[in-house]
Amino acid sequence: MLILEGCSYRYAGAARPSLRDVSLTLRDGEVLGVVGKSEAGKSTLCLVASGLAPRTLGGTLSGRVLIDGADTAGRAMHEMATEVAIGFQNPGTQLSGVATTVYEEVAFGPMNLGISREEVLRRTEASIDALAIRALTQRDPQRISGGQQQLVAIAGLLALAPRHLILDEPTAQLDPAGTRLVSDAIERLAAAGASILVVEQKVDLLAGICHRVLAVDEGRVTLEGAAAAVLGDPTLHALGVAEPSTVRLRRLGSEAGLSGQAIEGALALATSQSSRVNDA
Amino acid sequence: MLGGIIGPVGLVLLAVVLPALAAGVLRGLVRTSLLLTLPIAISALLVNLFFFPGGQQVLLRLGPITATAEGLEFALEILVRIMAISGAITLFYLTTRPQDLVVDLERRGVSARVAFVANASVQTVPAMVERAQQIAAAQRARGLDTEGSFLRRVRGIVPIVGPVILGSIGEVEERTLALEARGFTRPGSRTLLWWPPDSSSQRIARWGLILALVAIIGARVAGRLG
Repeated sequence: MLILEGCSYRYAGAARPSLRDVSLTLRDGEVLGVVGKSEAGKSTLCLVASGLAPRTLGGTLSGRVLIDGADTAGRAMHEMATEVAIGFQNPGTQLSGVATTVYEEVAFGPMNLGISREEVLRRTEASIDALAIRALTQRDPQRISGGQQQLVAIAGLLALAPRHLILDEPTAQLDPAGTRLVSDAIERLAAAGASILVVEQKVDLLAGICHRVLAVDEGRVTLEGAAAAVLGDPTLHALGVAEPSTVRLRRLGSEAGLSGQAIEGALALATSQSSRVNDA
Repeated sequence: MLGGIIGPVGLVLLAVVLPALAAGVLRGLVRTSLLLTLPIAISALLVNLFFFPGGQQVLLRLGPITATAEGLEFALEILVRIMAISGAITLFYLTTRPQDLVVDLERRGVSARVAFVANASVQTVPAMVERAQQIAAAQRARGLDTEGSFLRRVRGIVPIVGPVILGSIGEVEERTLALEARGFTRPGSRTLLWWPPDSSSQRIARWGLILALVAIIGARVAGRLG
């Protein structure tokens, strides 16, 4: 369990804090979505929860970050890395830059942890299978597409076998098939007991995998609750967040005077069609 | 004695040419090491041939300057030394993958950070070249002239080099964050997945070379070679 208690964070040299009095609880086995417009403080929230802010970034943090009830203040970043893994949206800069093959890139994290060679190999193999990148394993990670790099970067995070995983726009460069691989991996990891925080612009993805969602605006949490409730909240639009397509269809349907039954029927049809397309 | 030309020539044959032949890289070795050393070799030859201080035996007079036999002898001595050095370095690069070297150094206890810097520098070069090509294409698409006269080309370099360097610096922070988050700064040794095989004959050859070096230095100091 990862808990933020009244956290405020100001980047070094910044006039104002980018995160203000944020408290959240990320339970074991839970997927928590974060939405908000650009510069709302979503990425800062990720950096604080992962421990990178202020350990690596500098700046000032007030409030507490607790892992399984213990305050993390004073823990070194490499100790945090065994508890919390974090992935950023730009896949190019997340690659180690020293691996000559995708296989070594995925293995880079567990190699750093000093665990046995067999365990490194086991985790690497499992992560490669989880994101269906077996065909890429012998390729140069610098010479694959952005979407492929994103899958490789996420596989590298899974190989750390983190109990807490933070993903900042993990599907930004992915096509629908890649997005689905990532969402499946997130759901599997959560089912195995890990807690996961996902920042995403793709609200449909969040609607599908999140237990709870919180909305961030100007560094504060403005909405928090069950995924369906938050993503269906009419004030979300004002925060610069798009409605999930199901919410939008229901709204447009009722505005056009359709009966609730007709709308739900159309939605059920659309869902079955789109899942058939995805499976194909 | 063995100083002068014969020593270095023998060394080049034994330690550079023979191993290069055995590894099948002699042609590449000659080409690369010539490319590397030609400018310095030509200048060393000219300077020593014509301006060797205290040269008596005149070979050729060209107006105010004279080529002397002593100068020629000294120039040849310098040339074979340059050959020995550049040949050895080129042989090393042609037969050793940087990745193998770095992994082996790390296995022998060199810090993971040092190994990382060595490895990343090598890996970064192709990535930088690619980035430069992308930026050049983008700048051309916006009307930058990178062809035509020499002066125009030079002027065209600035808008390409700037973004390449600034972009790389900008990425440093993100890379640092990603590395830290993947436990790279953990003290202690990393788990290595593989390392180059090290046969007993290679070990014997290495120790033999070290002993030979010690012996040569010893002999030199004792004045037997000089």
